Amino acid sequence: MRILGAIARHPSGRIGAAIIAVYLLAAVLGAFGITPHDPLQQFRIDRLHAPSTTYWMGTDLLGRDATSRLMRGIGQSFVIAFASVAIATAAGTVIGLLAAWWGNLWDGILMRVMDVLLAFPAILLALLIIAIVGPGTFTSVAAIGIVYTPIFARVVRGPALSLKQRDFVDAARTFGSSQTFILTRHLLLNLVAPLTVQVTLALAWALLTEAGLSFLGLGTQPPSPSLGLMLSESRNLMERAPWLMLFPALVIMLGILGFNLTGDALRDILDPRTQGRAA
Amino acid sequence: MSALLSVQGLRVGFGRDPQRSEVVKGVSFDLGAGQTLGIVGESGSGKSVTALSINRLVDFGGGRITGGSIVLERSDGTPLDVTKADESSLIHVRGRDIGMIFQEPMTSLNPVHTIGAQIEEAFRLNRGLSGRAATLAARDALDRVRIPDAAQRLGYFPHQLSGGMRQRVMIAMVIASNPRLLIADEPTTALDVTVQAQVMALLAELKREMGMAMIFISHDIGLVAGIADEIMVMQSGQAVEQGRLNDVLDRPQHEYTRHLLEAVPHFNGGRATRSDGKRTEAATPVVAVDDLVVRFPIARGLFRTGAGSVHAVDGVEFDLLPGETLGIVGESGSGKSTAARAVLGLVKATRGRIDIAAGRSRRPVQMVFQDPFSSLNPRLDVESLLAEPAIANGQRVDEKLRQRMMFLLGRVGLPDDALRRYPHQFSGGQRQRLCIARALMLNPDVVVLDEAVSALDVSVQARVLDLLIDLQHEFGLAYLFISHDMAVVERIAHRIAVMYAGQIVEIGDAAAVLSSPQHSYTRRLIAAVPAIERRQARFTIDATQVPSLVRPAGFEPAPPQWREAGADHRVRVEANP
Repeated sequence: MRILGAIARHPSGRIGAAIIAVYLLAAVLGAFGITPHDPLQQFRIDRLHAPSTTYWMGTDLLGRDATSRLMRGIGQSFVIAFASVAIATAAGTVIGLLAAWWGNLWDGILMRVMDVLLAFPAILLALLIIAIVGPGTFTSVAAIGIVYTPIFARVVRGPALSLKQRDFVDAARTFGSSQTFILTRHLLLNLVAPLTVQVTLALAWALLTEAGLSFLGLGTQPPSPSLGLMLSESRNLMERAPWLMLFPALVIMLGILGFNLTGDALRDILDPRTQGRAA
Repeated sequence: MSALLSVQGLRVGFGRDPQRSEVVKGVSFDLGAGQTLGIVGESGSGKSVTALSINRLVDFGGGRITGGSIVLERSDGTPLDVTKADESSLIHVRGRDIGMIFQEPMTSLNPVHTIGAQIEEAFRLNRGLSGRAATLAARDALDRVRIPDAAQRLGYFPHQLSGGMRQRVMIAMVIASNPRLLIADEPTTALDVTVQAQVMALLAELKREMGMAMIFISHDIGLVAGIADEIMVMQSGQAVEQGRLNDVLDRPQHEYTRHLLEAVPHFNGGRATRSDGKRTEAATPVVAVDDLVVRFPIARGLFRTGAGSVHAVDGVEFDLLPGETLGIVGESGSGKSTAARAVLGLVKATRGRIDIAAGRSRRPVQMVFQDPFSSLNPRLDVESLLAEPAIANGQRVDEKLRQRMMFLLGRVGLPDDALRRYPHQFSGGQRQRLCIARALMLNPDVVVLDEAVSALDVSVQARVLDLLIDLQHEFGLAYLFISHDMAVVERIAHRIAVMYAGQIVEIGDAAAVLSSPQHSYTRRLIAAVPAIERRQARFTIDATQVPSLVRPAGFEPAPPQWREAGADHRVRVEANP
């Protein structure tokens, strides 16, 4: 609650939180089917209808209402983005921390494995995983999660290495603090800032990767809508029905903006140094 | 004598509203050609900002000159008001008219260019030399600052040189532009005492030879005393006292100047040592170190085979009695910190015994680190910071523990509401007090103080030293006090061990070691300490380098030979005295 209040007071946090709130609302409504129309129903007469009072964002080639599909798609895309980034953050942080802490051989082994993963283009690696396991929401989540794990491992390892050298870690050793205590209180707590920034960035990338996978037909399966799928379907109709591209693109863009603004605000709020210096 | 530089009512502010956040509040001074002005003050006194305003480098740090004038007489005799000059004319002023040396010689040299290239650049820009002429001039400049094998060193990169050599390279670059005014902003603060003496001697010599005027900024009034003609004492943005060197030092008018001269630890040649706590041989030592050796292997090549090792600590032995302070002095790289860390188990001893008597708690040895900014986790509040040692030893955070925190906070002189605050809300001195309170949480018998007051302002240093002495009496603590600063050690130590190149060269009663040093290195170290009484003494330039501690694999130093120089005073016998 304290953090929510602080976000509301933070200038850019306010905007970001507002955007995310609108998206959450849209996603919840979409999930419960409270949409202007059924997202799967095809209004054959109104195919490629321009935005109007009936169809707020127009209709697609099959006459489905774009607004309703977007509302459903936001939920789908965001669940995948959040879940995969959560996996990547957890796995990457643990790997990066341990690599930095153990050092030497383990550092070499863990980080070389991460380098191998990082060497593949993200979408190609995701494709590979999906090709082995088969498409579906869970596979998408797992694939995107694995793809972004090395980035988190790298982001964590660098600062963790320098924190490890700081005097307060040595001080903790002289008190006899346990390794777990040092890793969590002294290293992890100081990694909050780079991690929040990375999470907000990764959320944006994950949205795009999901869109890319769906575009290739390996993410969300039609007829269920997702932002990426809608974008890919609109590709051939760009000149005849630009709204079909415009709205999903705007939704993705604003969503990413929302995450980034909120992330910036969180980073500031979680840093005790920004809570004003005492004279 | 016409004034080379005349500063009148200078005001400098920072931030969006520079008028309201002024850090320099109306400073005036005149500087004649060839004269040296020493500016003394503690951090935040505005001394550096004043100096940076003179060549307008302050603009790049976000500062704005909000009032006053700085009139510089240019080489052709025309006056230039620096505060109103535009950037294009300032570029010619910087370098040609005003040279500058900064505190940290590593960061003021570009690490990817050879020092030769950097000195040549200075010659190219300021003298219009090019090609071979520039190279020759650079070599001459290096010779001039007493860097051995100058021709060869031109191809070195900054990281291949020691701190003192880097600072001399910076001075060589200043020589290249042959300015009429040199601003030296704490040029020796990052250097060891003996290296500091070398650099100071060099600056004094250049000043004489080239007739440069100089503004010398330092927090150390003793250091300034050795070089300045005039002195200006600054406090909170104002010049509280200025005048001829001898007048200010001998007849200080302002309270703050008197405070700086009296409260600040000055080296007294063994006359200011403590008289309490005479050693009784009957007591059993709390820490006994015997033949301590710490070596760091140097790995080379693909298979990481040992190509020798750094002998950081080589056969150190000492003991520490309860309630006693052993000061370990030495310069950077002498192994004093490594020895202390070995006592705490933070580095592994290659060989030797460290016996620690069972104490009042499970961890009888605690440590206070040099940098109070780095030794406190910035994300934890004071309560969590102080609770950590207790948690680590299986105590619960309850009312009793909180009582102890409050008690210790009170003892180190911090307010009660400190518990809820974060490290960044405290000043450097307060943070160091926090670190001391944290070290005392476990009720230790021994506290290792690794340069514990070196990062603090001089007047804060004195207060923290007094606090340490009080705490020592109250809790019966033994201190292992590591420092490079002879004046500080003199105040707190009962016994002193002098370390050089990984070995103790002289150990004994503090007064004896400081007043009649026997080993040549101890003598050199003591001679290099700047002191107000010795202000007229001129140092000779001595370019001795610390020997390399890298030894081939399997190298063992000869066993030490000791000779007694009195009761409780032992000196290592030198090979060629």
